[in-house]
Amino acid sequence: MKRGLLYAVLIAGAVVFAYPFLWMFASSLKPEAEIGGFGLWSSSAGFHNYAEVFSRIPIGRALFNSILTSTISTTSVIVFGSMVGYALARLNFRGRDGLYYLILFTMMVPFQVTLIPQYVLMVALGITDTYLAIVAPTLLSAFSIVLFRQFFRGIPQAFIDAARIDGCSEWTILRRIILPMARPVVVTVAILTFMTSWNEVLWPLIVVRERSLMTMPQLVTLFTIGGESEALLGLQLAAATLLALPIIVGYSFFQRSFIESMASAGIKG
Amino acid sequence: MNAHSHTDTPRHADRVGYALVSPYVVFFLLFVGYPLIFSFVLMFHRWNIVTPMEWIGLRNFERLLGDPLFYASITNTFIFLFVHIPLQLAAALGIAVLLNMNVRFRGFFRTLYFLPVVVSGVVVTILWQQLYAYDAGLLNRLMTALGAARIPWLVNPDIAMGSIAIMATWKNVGIYIVLFLAGLQNIPSELYESASLDGASPAARFFRITLPMLNPTVVVVLVLSTIGGFSLFIEPYVLTGGGPMQSTLSGVLYIYYQAFNFGHMGYAATLGFVLAVLVFAVVVLQRKSVETEGTV
Repeated sequence: MKRGLLYAVLIAGAVVFAYPFLWMFASSLKPEAEIGGFGLWSSSAGFHNYAEVFSRIPIGRALFNSILTSTISTTSVIVFGSMVGYALARLNFRGRDGLYYLILFTMMVPFQVTLIPQYVLMVALGITDTYLAIVAPTLLSAFSIVLFRQFFRGIPQAFIDAARIDGCSEWTILRRIILPMARPVVVTVAILTFMTSWNEVLWPLIVVRERSLMTMPQLVTLFTIGGESEALLGLQLAAATLLALPIIVGYSFFQRSFIESMASAGIKG
Repeated sequence: MNAHSHTDTPRHADRVGYALVSPYVVFFLLFVGYPLIFSFVLMFHRWNIVTPMEWIGLRNFERLLGDPLFYASITNTFIFLFVHIPLQLAAALGIAVLLNMNVRFRGFFRTLYFLPVVVSGVVVTILWQQLYAYDAGLLNRLMTALGAARIPWLVNPDIAMGSIAIMATWKNVGIYIVLFLAGLQNIPSELYESASLDGASPAARFFRITLPMLNPTVVVVLVLSTIGGFSLFIEPYVLTGGGPMQSTLSGVLYIYYQAFNFGHMGYAATLGFVLAVLVFAVVVLQRKSVETEGTV
C-alpha cells in the first residue's frame, strides 16, 4: 500500500517532467487549429510545420553553425585545457601555484562584469559577425583546467618517469600516455563544454546579427519573438523541437555520463 | 609534489611549463584580465562604441542610484529567489528522499527528472510559453477542467516573476535531485539505526540526521540557485520582454537593453559591476548563515 503510493508519486513526477516534451513534439506535428488539447494523437499529423520552418528561416544552416561552433569549442577546451592541466599537475615551474590560484579566482568572477568588455573587444578586433567571435570566449575554461589537473594528479609518477627515460617530450607524454588514461575526465569536459556551447544564446545574440551565421538557439529565439513565426504555435514548437532534438538524442545514449558530468559541475559551487 | 627526473634542468622545466600554460595566459589576458580592467574604465565613461569615450566621473553611479528600472530589476531578482529557492530545495530534497527508498527503476525516474536540465533554456521557455498562455494554455485548461479559475501566469505583474521561478525550478530540479541523492547515500546507516533504537520518530530522524548531514548540498543548491537568479536572461527575454510593467525585468536583461538597444556601454558596464558585487555579497551572506562546518 505504502509502496503503491510511493510509485504513484514517482510516476506523477515522471509525467510532470516528460509529458510537456511529448506534448511539444506531438503538437509540432499537428495542424495549427488542433494544437492546445492535452491529447498527443492527431489523425492529420504530418511534417508541414517543419517544412514551413525550413522555408522561413535558414535553420539547416543554423544547425550547421551550432555543430561547427560547439565542436570547435569542445576540441579547443580539451586540447588546451589538458595541456594547462598537465603542466599544473605534473611540472614544476616558477609561478605554478600562483597561476593555479588565479584560475580558481577567475571561476568566481561573475559573467555580468566581463560581458560588455568582451563584446567591446570583439568590436575592437573587428570580428563581430564571425564564427571566431562566437567561439572566442569559450576556447578555454577554468573549470575544465581544474578538472584535468585533479585527474592528472592521481596518475602514478612511474608512467611519466618511464616515458621520460624513453626520451618522450612532455607533449608526447600528455598525448600518448596521460590522455588515453584520462577518458572519464575527457568525456566529462566534452559533455559539459558541448552542452554549454550548444545551449548558449546570450553571447551569440550579442555578437552576431548576420542571419547566415546565427546559431540554432539564437535563430529559434529570434524566430519565436520576432514576426516571422506570426505567433503560430505549430511553427514555434517545431523550431523548438529541432533545437532540442540533437541534445535529447545524445542524452538518451549517454544519460549516465550527462548526469555525472552535470553533477560534478554542480559540486564546484 | 611530484619528483622531477634529474635530467631536467630547472630552466628547461620552466620553459616546458610556460609553453604548456601559455594558451591559458593568452586566454586570461584577453577574456578575463582585459575585460576586468576595461569594465573598470568604462564605468567612469559615457560611450556608445561609435563616438569617442567621454569621461563623466561618477555620473553612471549617480544615475544608477536614482534609476527605478535598476531597483525594479533587483527587486524582481529577489522575488524570483524568494519563490525559487524554497521550491527548489523542497522539490529536490523531497524527490531525492523518495528515490532513495530502495525504488525499482530508480535510474529510469532519475533520467526523466533530469531531462529538462540538458535541454536548452530556449526550448523550455518556448514550451512554457504555451503552458502558461492565458486562454488556451495547458495549465489554464487544466485549471478550468478542475473547475478553478484561470491564472494570469504571465500577464499579471504580481505573479509573472513567480511563474518564471516555477519554470526555472522545473528546469533545474533534476541536477539537485542527483546531488541530494549522492548526499543521502553518503549518510552512514548506523546513524539511523542508533537513532531508531533511541526511539526517534521518522520526523526527528529527518531533522536531526538527514538535514544536518545534507548541509553541504543545501549550501550548493542555495549558491547555484542564487547565481542562476542573478543570471536570468533568456526566460524573460522570450516570455515577457521584461513586462508586464517591468515586473520580470531581470538584471542581465536590463544590461542587455541598456547596452544593445540604447548603446549605453558605460552605464551597462556599471550595472554589470554592481550586479556582480550583489551576487557576491548575497552568496557570502548565505554561506555565513547556512553553512555549518564540521558536522560531517
